[in-house]
Amino acid sequence: MIQNNRLTETQYQQNFADIHPPFETTDAALTEANRCLFCYDAPCTKLCPTSINIPKFIKQITTDNIKGSAHTIFQSNIMGAGCSKVCPVEKLCEGACVYNNMDETPIHIAKLQRYSTEIAMKNNWQLFERKQSTGKKVAIVGAGPAGLSCAHVLSIEGVDVTIYEKESKGGGLMTYGIAAYKVTPQFCEDEVNYILGVGGIDVKYNQELGKNISLEELQRNYDAVYLSIGVGLANKLNIPGENLEGVEDAIEFIYNLRDKGYSSIKVGDRVAVIGMGMTAIDAATQAKRLGSNEVTMVYRRTEAEKNCTQHELDIARLDGCATLWLAAPKEIVGKNGKVKALVCDVMKLGEPDAKGKPAPIATGETVTLDVDMVIKATGQNPFEQLVSSYGINNNRGKINIVNNVTNIDKVFAGGDCVNGGKEVVDAVQAGKDGASAILKFMLNN
Amino acid sequence: MASLETNFLGIKSPNPFWLASAPPTDKKINVLRAYEAGWGGVVWKTLGSQVKNVSSRYSAVDYHGSRIMGFNNIELISDRPLDINLKEITEVVKLFPDRAMIVSLMADNNRESWHELIKKCEDAGAMGFELNFGCPHGMTERGMGAAVGQDPHIAKMVVEWVMEKATIPVITKLTPNVHSVVPTGRAAVEGGTNALSLINTIQSVTGIDLDTLVPNPYVAGKSVFGGYCGPAVKPIALKFLTTISQDELTSKVPISGIGGISTWKDAVEFMLLGATSVQVCTAAMKHGFRIVEDMCEGMSNWMDEKGFKTINDFIGKSVEKITHWEDLDINYHHIAKINQDACIHCGLCYIACEDTSHQSINIQQGNPYNTYTIKEDECVGCNLCKLVCPVAECITMEEHRVAPDYINWKMWQAEGRALNDH
Ligand SMILES: Cc1cc2nc3c(=O)[nH]c(=O)nc-3n(C[C@H](O)[C@H](O)[C@H](O)COP(=O)(O)OP(=O)(O)OC[C@H]3O[C@@H](n4cnc5c(N)ncnc54)[C@H](O)[C@@H]3O)c2cc1C
Ligand SMILES: Cc1cc2nc3c(=O)[nH]c(=O)nc-3n(C[C@H](O)[C@H](O)[C@H](O)COP(=O)(O)O)c2cc1C
Ligand code: SF4
Ligand code: SF4
Ligand code: SF4
Repeated sequence: MIQNNRLTETQYQQNFADIHPPFETTDAALTEANRCLFCYDAPCTKLCPTSINIPKFIKQITTDNIKGSAHTIFQSNIMGAGCSKVCPVEKLCEGACVYNNMDETPIHIAKLQRYSTEIAMKNNWQLFERKQSTGKKVAIVGAGPAGLSCAHVLSIEGVDVTIYEKESKGGGLMTYGIAAYKVTPQFCEDEVNYILGVGGIDVKYNQELGKNISLEELQRNYDAVYLSIGVGLANKLNIPGENLEGVEDAIEFIYNLRDKGYSSIKVGDRVAVIGMGMTAIDAATQAKRLGSNEVTMVYRRTEAEKNCTQHELDIARLDGCATLWLAAPKEIVGKNGKVKALVCDVMKLGEPDAKGKPAPIATGETVTLDVDMVIKATGQNPFEQLVSSYGINNNRGKINIVNNVTNIDKVFAGGDCVNGGKEVVDAVQAGKDGASAILKFMLNN
Repeated sequence: MASLETNFLGIKSPNPFWLASAPPTDKKINVLRAYEAGWGGVVWKTLGSQVKNVSSRYSAVDYHGSRIMGFNNIELISDRPLDINLKEITEVVKLFPDRAMIVSLMADNNRESWHELIKKCEDAGAMGFELNFGCPHGMTERGMGAAVGQDPHIAKMVVEWVMEKATIPVITKLTPNVHSVVPTGRAAVEGGTNALSLINTIQSVTGIDLDTLVPNPYVAGKSVFGGYCGPAVKPIALKFLTTISQDELTSKVPISGIGGISTWKDAVEFMLLGATSVQVCTAAMKHGFRIVEDMCEGMSNWMDEKGFKTINDFIGKSVEKITHWEDLDINYHHIAKINQDACIHCGLCYIACEDTSHQSINIQQGNPYNTYTIKEDECVGCNLCKLVCPVAECITMEEHRVAPDYINWKMWQAEGRALNDH
């Protein structure tokens, strides 16, 4: 049965509590900070997409220069606070920490980053000063990580920025997509306000490109336009039964969960989540944490080919989520218009496909899962229609750029809408790159 | 198993680990606890005229997350009444007759005071005396402590007064607040002292509170120079000890080594440079008396491994290994070598050598790990890279003699050889 309000308020709070708790005390942070070796040309920095000077910010914790530490972080990554909670660090900075080479626990870089940035945010230290206005104006579409990062750099350089955002809150998927046990809505709001605290950035909420505003308008009224609209809902499965009651889109499911409060979100007794990427993990763990009895993640290939990190899969497993490998959804069976079962083809691995992953091939056998809810998480759909309608070159919706600029005059783009969906930290870097390209462009015009 | 038994001028102790004259040895409760924990002896907190202490009294230097790299105090000699101290000494000696009981003294600056104090302490059961010529604060202003230790003439005179009266062994404790401890050491030996001990604390300012701008330790908005000790002073103590061990006159008497001893290894080093017993203060004040267990076990295991049966088998063994710079062999050369299997790619060796030494390490960019190798032709063998490398045995120094024969600086010059080869 699909129903909401399965748990008590205390249980919800417990299940959605911070998955990576912060250092409780200054001493705890110092002990860890002092363990850092202050590497030269540090491997951790090299694997940070925004190239935060990690040895420096950690050293600054040990010298009691928290302001400097926060500045070091924010100067490379204005979403350094959020990133410290959501980055898949095991494949980024912490995965490269030299301690791994001694078979020792890597430095808890993210936790230290959280330490400094949280203090900065709590005290509302505004660590960047805007240069005098240059009179230049830039429009940004989408107040997600890419848009905010781009806006911050531009504003510091004296550009007047206007962001058009279709939702009523900023932060993009940080606010609406990322698992609730990683960041709270309050934190996301605080982070957006902290970033906007630099000044010079005007956010116009509930303004959607293609609906309330057009690209031509923006081109006309601004010196440059930056598109950072992210990607849309999950891909369709294109199998029978997709319209039954109880079939949900992972992105929508998580959006509601983030937006509406845990107790109002319905989950089934037995849930199948289709896909094995980060979104699938988040949907599965959160369905379980909302009180579902059984959650099974279904993937066409084997564990070796999964798109999520091992760390994320471990979280799902620890939450009690089951996995079904080598199973491709074939049909969703319903009764009275509601989901009753998911039928999957049993697959085997064949030759590598174009991306180098072994292609799954149907064996002819099937397997049936008794479920009352199916969550689709097989990758997100870029806004192909929207971008094509403006004549923007794209690859199945992913905007094509050369040095951050699209084929349309004055129009730049970056983040998920270009890369098809990566991490927050990649979007932040894209925003910085976009901003420098825009600055260079405006200087020459 | 090796024996740690120590015989210092006839004063016996089951091991060479004594507690230095300081708060750990200032009353019966502490000293009994120390003996129960296994300490071989104590030097009772310095006795003299009645004094009064201030509050606060201590400060410290922390380093990279470790507390008390160096310790600092502005305390005076014992502030407890003399008769209570004497009564407790008697009681302790009765309970633990097998442990060394040395009593530290700092009488007023006249013969009578010294004689009187000596008599009382001998009657109380002291087995030996240590003359405190080292306290760098509080007492110097009254012509005592370091004020005596800094002037060889006065030191000799006071030692002579003491030797007139004392019937038990006398150790003279030297202050390091001089450019050389040898003149006072010699004066004390000439005055008749039976032994020397060193070092006492070093005058210091440990730090300043960056909010109040008042240095520490804080006493009502002011501070004073204090006496510095603990791990930070060990290298300085070892140097002073070596000069005493190498001097013709002072090397004739036994030495009790003091200054920054925290482990059995530190103790072995002091003994290799000539100390017969060692004294500990800061390490005990930081960790309590239990540290003596590993000190005994560690020294004993090391002695077994090296085949030393008694401590006399290794005392002084490194003294002759410290020579003069001009006698060093210039043809000796070694070159750093990086074990690539052990290397964790932290780059610390590279940046140290590149920025501050001889630009002798190659960097080959990698993502995320760079590879570092030694430019053998450039390396001067300074050791810096090995010292900064966080992985034990990752960088080794390999011997590559320039030529087989020994040649020192004087010979080199006499032969008119080229001076600058880099
Ligand atoms: C379920 C899920 C979990 C994730 N978990 C993590 C994680 O744990 N760690 C991590 O680092 N990353 C995670 N990500 C990825 C991360 O959220 C994104 O990579 C990142 O948010 C991309 O930033 P962006 O600014 O490019 O796009 P978005 O964050 O998508 O922001 C785009 C913004 O544009 C607005 N917009 C869209 N269309 C229009 C329009 N037409 N007009 C006006 N505004 C518009 C949107 O409302 C939104 O605010 C997750 C993603 C999902 C879906
Ligand atoms: C708090 C304190 C008080 C001390 N008081 C005396 C003293 O009364 N007489 C004395 O000879 N040395 C005194 N010292 C010096 C110690 O005996 C010892 O020489 C010095 O601390 C070096 O040893 P360490 O590095 O093991 O502490 C004192 C040291 C400290 C820390
Ligand atoms: S690699 Fe690890 S130890 Fe080195 S600087 Fe980075 S966090 Fe510190
Ligand atoms: S020994 Fe000195 S000169 Fe040689 S590589 Fe190491 S740091 Fe450089
Ligand atoms: S210091 Fe040691 S571990 Fe670090 S790069 Fe050099 S050799 Fe390797």
